[in-house]
Amino acid sequence: MTDNGATYSYYPGCSLHGTSREYDASTQAVCAELGIELKELSDWVCCGASSGHSLDETLNIGLPAHTLKLAEKEGMDVAVPCAACYNRLKVAEHALQEKEGVREQMKDLLDYEFQGTVQVLNLVELIKDRVGLEKIRSKVVKPLTGLKVVCYYGCLLVRPAEVTHFDDPEHPRSLDEIMEAVGAEVLNWSYKTECCGGSLSLTRDDIVKGLVDGIVDMAKEAGAQAIVTLCPLCLENLEMRQSDGTYPVFYFTELLGVAFGLKESEHWLKKHLVDSTSLMKSLRLLS
Amino acid sequence: MGDTNLLDYVIQKSGQDVLSCYHCQKCAAGCPVAPFMDIQPNVIHRLLQYGRDDEILKSATIWICAACETCGARCPNDIDIAKVNDALKQYAVREGIKGKEKGMPAMHNAFLSGIEKRGRMHEVSLIRELRMKTGGLFKDMKLGIKMFKLGKLPLFSEKVKNMGEIKKLFEKARRAQ
Repeated sequence: MTDNGATYSYYPGCSLHGTSREYDASTQAVCAELGIELKELSDWVCCGASSGHSLDETLNIGLPAHTLKLAEKEGMDVAVPCAACYNRLKVAEHALQEKEGVREQMKDLLDYEFQGTVQVLNLVELIKDRVGLEKIRSKVVKPLTGLKVVCYYGCLLVRPAEVTHFDDPEHPRSLDEIMEAVGAEVLNWSYKTECCGGSLSLTRDDIVKGLVDGIVDMAKEAGAQAIVTLCPLCLENLEMRQSDGTYPVFYFTELLGVAFGLKESEHWLKKHLVDSTSLMKSLRLLS
Repeated sequence: MGDTNLLDYVIQKSGQDVLSCYHCQKCAAGCPVAPFMDIQPNVIHRLLQYGRDDEILKSATIWICAACETCGARCPNDIDIAKVNDALKQYAVREGIKGKEKGMPAMHNAFLSGIEKRGRMHEVSLIRELRMKTGGLFKDMKLGIKMFKLGKLPLFSEKVKNMGEIKKLFEKARRAQ
């Protein structure tokens, strides 16, 4: 279904207001170019991330449900770029729809009766399914010719499948198709949905380093010059914890921005911990 | 150890039929962090079936699980094992049981206490609070300075306007535990 020119509630989440500002900026610029209006959800609250579901079942559903309550009041579907936030919001949406007693429990907790009128969408599904590949192709002024990438989806966008309903839990294709539409050479690889270690990064970086090196090594073996992702936690882990120190990782929205000829693209790429501009310059994709 | 049997608590909280596990070990084979666990994921289920609660609740495994859900996607009995681990962590926290893994519970506590104060996570505050508790204040300092210079670590935190509702939510959650 193509739904051009629509307006969505925008849930940036905490990372996009901090360490992943380039994801926030590139998301907003690319959506504007594609005719999607994003209105930041007023007074949104943290989704609770992995700490919510680890420590407290009430907060696990209650924190993201609070955001869904705000979204229902604004009456628009919610666009979420961060895979971790998306996962928590989907868990709450699913529990409210499917699990016995949750709706009543949330009514007591949040003084609000949920109607189930808004849908939570990840940015990838919004761009691929609601905007469509044809429109993406029509916006390309600088095809990413010569750029060989692998698409890294991570865990939280694709699993649990009965909650996120995204593509395929172990072999997703949506992001591959978006990157192909802007002219990149997308290579097949077996680590599309491997785990980067997520929130273990702050305290157990010994574990995360091993996982990240495995992912980077596999991307190189597939023949890719860079990894493209959609999750701020994945990108941070892949940049911070790689032993190589020079292997580029991009948000897909940054590369869409380059292909659409958006001037701000270079500014986003300069915000990375690992040099991301040299590769693009060597391919004459940035001047 | 509390007034609830651990097995019943887990089944009730997680909604998962842990007794249906027949130990095919698909979860352990596909788990990306299994090499760092002291008890393999399927063995947690066996211990749960045997009532060896103490070993489970003190294990590093329940905290090391990254909740990537690879196991849940592959389990032939449709057990969402990450959800079982959540119930085990929540039980351990409720009963004040300290296990082998210290860092992750401290991280989760610091994370949630930040949300209770501001409604949003602030990376600098989270790292400061965590390192005060666990030590290693200068760990990752080089990375932090680099990120700060790139404008990726704002020093000032954001706070939601309607903090009254957030406080109420946390108070009600505490009462429900």
